[in-house]
Amino acid sequence: MNRRPWVLGGIAGGVFVFLYAPIAWLAVVSFNDSRSLSRITGFSIRWYAELFDDSRVLESLGLTLRLAVTSAVVSTVIGTLAAFGLRRAFPGRGLWTVLLSLPLVVPEVVLGVALLGFCVKLAGIPLGFGALLAAHVAFSLSFVVVVVRARVAGVDHRLEEAAADLGAGPWVAFRTVTLPLVAPAVAAGAAFAFLLSFDDVVTSSYLTGVGSTTLPVFVYAQAGKRGVSPEIVALSTLMVAVSAALLVAGVMLASRRARASTFVESIRDQ
Amino acid sequence: MTEQPGFHPAEEPTPDTFAPVEVGLHGVTKRFSDQTAVDDITLRVHEGEFFSVLGPSGCGKTTLLRMVAGFEHPDAGRIELDGVDMVGVPPYRRDVNTVFQSYALFPHMSVWDNVAYGVKRKGVKGDALKKTVGEHLELVRLSPFAKRRPAQLSGGQQQRVAIARALAAGPRLLLLDEPLGALDAVLRKELRMELMRIQREVGTTFLYVTHDQEEALVLSHRIAVMNAGKLEQVGYPEDVYERPATRFVAGFIGTSNILDAKVSGVDGHRVELDAPGVTRLRAPLHGEVRHGQRVAATVRPEKVHLYDQAGEPPSGWCVLNGTVRDVVYTGVSTQYVVHIPGGGELVAFVQNTRRIDDAGAPGQPVRLAWDPDFTVLLESADD
Repeated sequence: MNRRPWVLGGIAGGVFVFLYAPIAWLAVVSFNDSRSLSRITGFSIRWYAELFDDSRVLESLGLTLRLAVTSAVVSTVIGTLAAFGLRRAFPGRGLWTVLLSLPLVVPEVVLGVALLGFCVKLAGIPLGFGALLAAHVAFSLSFVVVVVRARVAGVDHRLEEAAADLGAGPWVAFRTVTLPLVAPAVAAGAAFAFLLSFDDVVTSSYLTGVGSTTLPVFVYAQAGKRGVSPEIVALSTLMVAVSAALLVAGVMLASRRARASTFVESIRDQ
Repeated sequence: MTEQPGFHPAEEPTPDTFAPVEVGLHGVTKRFSDQTAVDDITLRVHEGEFFSVLGPSGCGKTTLLRMVAGFEHPDAGRIELDGVDMVGVPPYRRDVNTVFQSYALFPHMSVWDNVAYGVKRKGVKGDALKKTVGEHLELVRLSPFAKRRPAQLSGGQQQRVAIARALAAGPRLLLLDEPLGALDAVLRKELRMELMRIQREVGTTFLYVTHDQEEALVLSHRIAVMNAGKLEQVGYPEDVYERPATRFVAGFIGTSNILDAKVSGVDGHRVELDAPGVTRLRAPLHGEVRHGQRVAATVRPEKVHLYDQAGEPPSGWCVLNGTVRDVVYTGVSTQYVVHIPGGGELVAFVQNTRRIDDAGAPGQPVRLAWDPDFTVLLESADD
């Protein structure tokens, strides 16, 4: 194996090219001076400038951000509470755990159809922001629960006993000991919930109302109608940038404590 | 406990050096499903005392401590603090703090914030807070480490932070749950002295749980020996060691020689005993004994003197003849395991104050003797 390291390196390189070449192409083309997507003629930010002149894009962007932030906040609060609730033993805990993670495996198309039917036919919720928010919370929630629950399970119960022993009532102990210990997971859950909402096409496409199109749905519709234009490419590049930044932040938060202790150990060992 | 005459009951000496009762347990019982972890325990701990609960693992001592802290609720009995029943009072409303075996330091806080935690909960702020925390860091000699995180400290340092954190909150009673259990032997001895100094310095009542008999003997004003959820004996370290009340105490603390014997007579303040292979066996008379009563006679190995067969022990001493089976040199002393014909084995610790000769080589006949004051009578194994 070690005699031919270039074999492994080559395979790894191939995988990365396969994964990132299209995105790299997207980024390059978005700064191309020409309308052509195959011929690079020079550097320009005109497509980005045009984007920010387009009121439909700005409206969509505003809606998408509002939706992603609200959905992240709501699903993080509910999901964190659920994660703590599932910590206690109660009848039917196993069932609740399964039910809470089911949306992770339900096909999105099914979820979209179901939500559309439910909102319109049954609950009378008008399509638009409210319906979108309900849908996004529904599928983000499972994710938050899974992430936060793992961390809550890792909290040493004896630390909470120590807090109580030192005079902290249940709420103070939760606020000063338990919550700070699970905070990285809560933040990571929030970041991922934001991303799930920000990136969603399938479910959202069923529930967008008139004049309330989310950015991914807008991109999808534009690309379908007129093919891939440089404006859409620039918009897509922006979305990738936002998503990537949040993903990196989320991963860093989730592993912060682990890295901190490894760091400390490496200091101590010297 | 035994009601048989001639034995020391597990009486509780009333120390006059200590002020009124601070902690009182009355008939405290705790069951976990099918098992009784703590069985009808009654004891009193006095103000300013270093009181140890000593017993093997699983004897219920930690459960007892957790009930005093408020983490477990007794199924029966009362736990009083300064005369007030604490049952039903949550841990955070008890003037009791715990030093946990696992330390349970808050990993996301500095050493300073850990120590300040309990002080803040009492509403202390500003300079008063700084002063209290500073004093307690000083007490455990960790002032230079105030800004560190617990993970950056050694095990011994973490344990000292745990002690400072519990004491800084100003408890009426400090509970210590095997606080030295997770440390290596050298550190344990070091921290033991540290604990003793701290307790004498702050004067807070310590209720200390341990399975280490040496630790209990060294540290405590008084010791309660626990086995299988019950109290075996409560007393000063000398009492528990020199005059064990039960076979369990005799066997658990130190090494004990146990001889099955029968009462053959009473001579003034001495009980005369008969046992296989014994020339003369006597014990101090306490209470009443019946002629022919079966008892267990015990004697600590360091009380036993070793003579060659021509040697003459002081008159009136207990005497046995036997053959040396094993000789173990341990530096300070030499342990002789002596086989008594028809009477099992006895161990004698002999101080290495004499020049070593082959007086006690394996296979040699020897004579064992001790002052009858050191013989302790216990209930017979058959009872």
